[in-house]
Amino acid sequence: MQPEGNWITRAPSLKRKAILMAKVQDEAGHGLYLYSAAETLGVTRDEVVDKLHTGRHKYSSIFNYPTVTWADIGAIGWLVDGAAITNQVMLTRCSYGPYARAMVRICKEESFHQRQGYEIMLTLSKGTPAQKDMAQDALDRWWWPSLMMFGPPDADSTHSEQSMEWKIKRVSNDDLRQQFIDMTVPQAEYLGLAIPDPDLAWNEARGHYDIGPIDWDEFWEVVAGRGPMNQERIDHKNQMWDDNAWVREAASAHARKQRKTA
Amino acid sequence: MVYEGHGATDDTPTDGSGTSEWPLWEVFIRARRGMSHIHAGSLHAPDSETALQNARDVYTRRREGTSVWVVPSTAIAASDPHDEGLLASSDDKPYRHPTFYEIPEEVGHM
Repeated sequence: MQPEGNWITRAPSLKRKAILMAKVQDEAGHGLYLYSAAETLGVTRDEVVDKLHTGRHKYSSIFNYPTVTWADIGAIGWLVDGAAITNQVMLTRCSYGPYARAMVRICKEESFHQRQGYEIMLTLSKGTPAQKDMAQDALDRWWWPSLMMFGPPDADSTHSEQSMEWKIKRVSNDDLRQQFIDMTVPQAEYLGLAIPDPDLAWNEARGHYDIGPIDWDEFWEVVAGRGPMNQERIDHKNQMWDDNAWVREAASAHARKQRKTA
Repeated sequence: MVYEGHGATDDTPTDGSGTSEWPLWEVFIRARRGMSHIHAGSLHAPDSETALQNARDVYTRRREGTSVWVVPSTAIAASDPHDEGLLASSDDKPYRHPTFYEIPEEVGHM
């Protein structure tokens, strides 16, 4: 199982389990939309999948953190999907049609993910002291990695300039990050949870929240494949690809047989 | 120029090890009765039956449609977006539009 997949069988209720499975199905769909968009550039599906499986393809660094409690499922929906939406809403207006159209579809579905995550956090934060602690602990661990999802500061971003010029990105990493922070801080306040940043403060003059320094060394370590879960995640993907080869082979064999008898 | 699209044909040998060997299908969905089918995206599948099943899973998880078509991408012939001549022929025929004709105000709405 991928770290987050473990929680499907451990969801606290049948309702939560059904919701989580619907989310997983959406996420698989989002992967397919994006692979389809990539294929329009002339690469084959197998090439892209193989690149991922052999560690030659980057993926969002956020997927390399462990999910140790149920509250992590809440924090991921609220913060990780929330950060993803902030980025993806911008991408619906990007200059490459197949990518932009995939993003429109993705954004519609991600909104459910974020709201269900926030609802989990709300339920826990109104629960027993132990449940509230669990929610706080999840926020403590996911806050900074979520902010890192927007990528390095504009000054250190290797692809930003090119992407902005081609209008693939239309808003800078730092501006998107600020947008996410300004949106999320009041949501944390409503939960009665504390953002794990002693420097966090409203800046009246800027009209934005100021935050403390982000640990970019951690970010670059995870991007380089040395995060807490990088190896496990890729190993698991490879194993699933191999274990399920028989399904693909059976489907191909069935299609061949149908064609022969037709 | 005609874009042939990519994807395997019925004669393409496949060892089943990956999915790129499977033909690419274009998915069209009719949102409601009375509407036309609109292109929703594409997917790989070994045959039309599986393509329809996959289209349902990938593109209609929230009642997005009442009908689905899947069409092999290779069956689509497309105009060249750089060939402006093909679709520009009506530019010099403004008399095909109702606004070309002036009707006196006294006549009223027409």
